[in-house]
Amino acid sequence: MFEEYNPINEKIFRVIDNDGKVINKKWMPEIDNERLVKAYKDMLFARTADLQTVSYQRQGRIYTYPPNYGQEAISVATGMVMRDEDWLVPAFREMGAYLAKGGTLKDIFLVFMGHEDGNVFKNANHMLPMSVPIASQLIHATGIGYEIKYNKKKEVVYAFCGDSGTSEGDFHEAVNMAGAWKVPVIFMIQNNQYGISTPFKVQTASKSIAIKSVAYGIAGIQVDGNDIFAMYQAIKAASDYALAGNGPVLIEAMTYRKGAHTTSDDPTKYRTKEEEDAWDLTDPLKRMKAYLISKKLWSQKEEDALVVEFKKEVERQFVEAENYPAYKIGDVFGYMYEDMPDDLKKQQNDYENFLKWKEARK
Amino acid sequence: MKVMNMVNAVNDALDIKLKEDRNIIVYGEDVGVEGGVFRVTEGLQAKYGADRVFDSPLAESGIVGTAIGMAAAGLRPVVEMQFSGFAYPALNQIISHVSRLHNRSRGRYKMAMVIRMPYGGGINALEHHSESMEAFYAHIPGLKVVIPSTPHDAKGLLISAIESNDPVIFMEPKRIYRAIKQEVAEEKFTVPIGKAKVLTQGTDVTIVTYGALVREVQKAMVMAKEAGISVELIDLRTIYPIDKETIAASVKKTGRIITVAEAPTSFGIGAEIAAIISEEAFLHLEAPPKRVGGFDTIVPLPRGEHFYLISPERIFYEIERTVKY
Repeated sequence: MFEEYNPINEKIFRVIDNDGKVINKKWMPEIDNERLVKAYKDMLFARTADLQTVSYQRQGRIYTYPPNYGQEAISVATGMVMRDEDWLVPAFREMGAYLAKGGTLKDIFLVFMGHEDGNVFKNANHMLPMSVPIASQLIHATGIGYEIKYNKKKEVVYAFCGDSGTSEGDFHEAVNMAGAWKVPVIFMIQNNQYGISTPFKVQTASKSIAIKSVAYGIAGIQVDGNDIFAMYQAIKAASDYALAGNGPVLIEAMTYRKGAHTTSDDPTKYRTKEEEDAWDLTDPLKRMKAYLISKKLWSQKEEDALVVEFKKEVERQFVEAENYPAYKIGDVFGYMYEDMPDDLKKQQNDYENFLKWKEARK
Repeated sequence: MKVMNMVNAVNDALDIKLKEDRNIIVYGEDVGVEGGVFRVTEGLQAKYGADRVFDSPLAESGIVGTAIGMAAAGLRPVVEMQFSGFAYPALNQIISHVSRLHNRSRGRYKMAMVIRMPYGGGINALEHHSESMEAFYAHIPGLKVVIPSTPHDAKGLLISAIESNDPVIFMEPKRIYRAIKQEVAEEKFTVPIGKAKVLTQGTDVTIVTYGALVREVQKAMVMAKEAGISVELIDLRTIYPIDKETIAASVKKTGRIITVAEAPTSFGIGAEIAAIISEEAFLHLEAPPKRVGGFDTIVPLPRGEHFYLISPERIFYEIERTVKY
């Protein structure tokens, strides 16, 4: 696959068209029906949760939130291939992958309601917390890859970042070092066309992000990120390639951030209705749904019923996060160090004394 | 016992830990084959293999960032910044992740790593090779900052740093890398992080210093002694967490305090110590706390560096003024 779709040839890897028809039989993956339907349901769940979270934010029940809307196929396809022992190194726009790893909506809600406990993702094995400083987390993935290679483990690291992140020096250092060390890291670049308001064409003169893999001496591929079949196939191939000891893979997944960068952002200021409409034709759910309906694996009726169920589940987890135990002063201090300096203990103690004094004044 | 300089002592600490724990990984620029530009890691690659002691690509953010990933996955990396003045590309990783991942993950991911860096002036170096940025690291919550002043302490403190589950910035005063030799135990021992040491007992004035400046203060103390002034000398050894008790107890005895540090004086370690003394020993003071420190300037290139470096004469000058206040 990586020879056929060498990014130097500027050929995007795609399996189905915008109407869900298979246009690349050679690379159509064999996935059993049950798994296929589950993948669709996972995308639908992510989308339902996402839209609902934005409305919660509008109601003032959660702080700033970065929607995944329109990019669901990338994370869900990752979740189909990623195993329990594999590592997930997130940015902050990969909901489907967190859920596949064992993270919950409640965890995600807690993060954006402002509690560190959410970012532990305690039921997700081998998953780092979300990382805000753009592209900095990619280097951690290379370090984890070193540990995997050093201990001769059979694991893969999935490291996420957006298109604008590839302008950061840390992207370069992470990919370059992973290539030099030949470690099993899959760099998943979600090219959603924008870094907040800045379009991709402002970021680089490169023809693509995938093409940068050629210079780093590693495998790379540009994939239609809204085509879940292509995404699955590319990630599976990358995983096999990395597990076989061939080193890292750079996957550029072409997609579109249908929502805002975060709930604080207003995309009408920097993009046109025409552009949004054109990308709407490529919507990942719409395409997979058309495929499933054509194979009689899915129906609108089933979907409507499922969305009702999903909304209830989202609400249930949201309310659970809202009712999470109150933040304690110990939560501020307790995790700064494993061996906490006495001075820090004293700062906490002084503050507790202040609180007692304040209480006594009432 | 074996006679060691600080280069030998740091090498010995790394050797002991590499032998003891296969999770220890040592790397950085030119660290492997050459043994580092100061030869601190010399011979370790030959002994432990190129997968445990190696040359990294020339990328400071990459070096520290990969160490974060290794530590998250359970290794215990000890990385070298070739000079502290070259560490700045790694600051985003240090501030945004090394110091925070333990807190961000509520203790799930331990950042058991050491970032070693030679620092300080006095070696007739080019620009970027002479500064002292310890206050900067000490100001970042989540880090510990250690500076040895002798081969013995370098060995014991580095072993403690490597065994710490919290991240440690280990700053090595390169000016005295080879200048001081002493008998150091060959077996493993530790020097605790967070404990200062009273090197000389005295009654008239307390001097708190660390790193290469300990030796300069000791030279000034010879002059002080001739002038009949008794100095109590404290080697801080750990910048953060700072040992308030030892400093305050000493000032309660002497009533006077001078801090000596090569870094820019404003907002520095001396300022922090002056604040500590104001809070902990206010009524015992017989003179205002005095900071003897670097100017708030760039360290001049070698032809002008003598103005910047703190000489024993300058320290003695301030001792006299403080005692006579």
